[in-house]
Amino acid sequence: MGMTITEKILAKAAGKTECAPGDNVWVSADILMTHDVCGPGTIGVFKREFGADAKVWDREKIVIIPDHYIFTADEKCHRNVDALRSFVKEQNLPYFYDPGTESYSGVCHVTLPEKGHCRPGEILFGTDSHTCTHGAFGEFATGIGNTDAGFVMGTGKLLIKVPASMKFVVDGRLPAHVTAKDLILRIIGELGVDGATYCAMEFAGEAISALCMDERMTICNMAIEAGAKNGIIAADAQALEFVRARTNKPFSCFESDKDAKYNSVHRYNGGKLEPVVAMPHSPDKVKTVREMKGYKIDRSYIGSCTGGKITDYILAANILKSKKVKVDTFIIPATVAVAKALETETAGGISLLKVFQDAGCKIFPPSCAACLGGPEDTHGRCNNDETCVSTTNRNFPGRMGSKGSKTILASPLTAAASAITGELTDPREFMG
Amino acid sequence: MSDSIIKGKVFVLGDNIDTDQIIPAQYLNLVPTIPAEYKKLGSYALCGLPESHTTAYVEKGKEETEFPIIIGGTNFGCGSSREHAPISLGAAGCKAVIAMSFARIFFRNCIATGELYPIEAETQLNASLKTGEEVELDIKELTLKRLSTGEIFRLKNLGGVKDVIDSGGIFNYARKSGMI
Repeated sequence: MGMTITEKILAKAAGKTECAPGDNVWVSADILMTHDVCGPGTIGVFKREFGADAKVWDREKIVIIPDHYIFTADEKCHRNVDALRSFVKEQNLPYFYDPGTESYSGVCHVTLPEKGHCRPGEILFGTDSHTCTHGAFGEFATGIGNTDAGFVMGTGKLLIKVPASMKFVVDGRLPAHVTAKDLILRIIGELGVDGATYCAMEFAGEAISALCMDERMTICNMAIEAGAKNGIIAADAQALEFVRARTNKPFSCFESDKDAKYNSVHRYNGGKLEPVVAMPHSPDKVKTVREMKGYKIDRSYIGSCTGGKITDYILAANILKSKKVKVDTFIIPATVAVAKALETETAGGISLLKVFQDAGCKIFPPSCAACLGGPEDTHGRCNNDETCVSTTNRNFPGRMGSKGSKTILASPLTAAASAITGELTDPREFMG
Repeated sequence: MSDSIIKGKVFVLGDNIDTDQIIPAQYLNLVPTIPAEYKKLGSYALCGLPESHTTAYVEKGKEETEFPIIIGGTNFGCGSSREHAPISLGAAGCKAVIAMSFARIFFRNCIATGELYPIEAETQLNASLKTGEEVELDIKELTLKRLSTGEIFRLKNLGGVKDVIDSGGIFNYARKSGMI
């Protein structure tokens, strides 16, 4: 019987030749990532269970990336980053991206691949639900809680139920006005927010192969919004080139067998897709932007692990060049590397940074910022019941701040086009 | 946690109660392994529910709820992997959430922490029960009894995960079974 890529990776990590959906297997972790929101609790669990003097299972395999509550006056948030600093020092951990220093990076899910922590065929656990992003590099990556993370920190292992796989084949090519975000929102709209619960979502097809790594990450990033355990795309030449440019560590690639068994197979014609949004308050309330044309917004937000990568800003800048925004528009790059690239990448011969400045956008330093609301002084947080069109990933009630605020999930193209008009606008209106 | 009978009032919710509604992100500066902050997380449990919910899960100024059992719909606990979610419910005194289905990470976090029982219902209980009704949950028999009428609702088997919660979480279970 053939196996899927997810089953093959889990079998290898469990030291087995095969495994099947529903099996419970102990797997060895290759990377454990944590951040400032869940790191202190994870360390608390680790010390409570393994002792105050315990050592982590492998210092080379732990990556600590503070990114959530960085630019806030909240003292507890500072205390939490300090707790990470002491732990890193105590355990002599080599991979720590410390706020306020040269090593600070920003959002964990964009930092991990940038800094060479993502490799095909590996197992990556992270204390964040969007850890599924890293399936874009052909690995098994999933979000876990503090207690499971404390367990991994001490033992390097975790008991995992092998998920059944669902396959999504996208034929053809996405048109210029359709992005990875539109594709994954469309899929979530069809499945519902629990349509892939406990499953692996495997993406393949010509349209997926044609996407750059940033766009593949956007697709896998939102697998959790359909309830999936992981999203995954087999590594191809482009993925290997990306990975090899950032790490010297060895790895092995896997792909699904032709006779692998899937719970379901879904086919899309990429060329026929169009820009969509997810309306408040659920990522599966998906409508075409055309249907919602004219829906008033108060704010546009371009940032986060989902929509704050350099590719997202290139898309947005090509809409915003020589235009002015009509509503407050926030540009909050995921990482320092993305922020630097805003100065070197251009749209119409002008740097992206200048395009955004000239358009009247508010630009802030890299962090998770208002994607998940956070403390009241968080950059871009909706404190006054605003309606915000956003390139982020989740729009349940109160997600970006006040209980009365509303989030509309969209692509960077749609967020930029809507910023110009102050209402939901199909990006084609600004694309020659 | 090993009481097999849980008696008390239910708190009834709809579908897709996500982790931002269970514990809004501004309270994630609290660290669950610090005892005072664990209690504080309890005081904020379910405070992110929209204003249309007129009954608070935890009354203002209190740390504990009067509703030890939550009745949900489908996909309870979707969204973030924040363990603060089951912990805030557990800290507030919630013993069990009974729902049509659970989001994967929330379910797993309930088990790993041993904070509460995530139990699937056989019928849509949030249509039958109202917030404040007194019930008796029997974990062994997998039944929920409405005390005013004696009506019994069947619940689904917890399977292997019951032993983990009964042991008090993944670490105690792993030690008990010789895994660590």
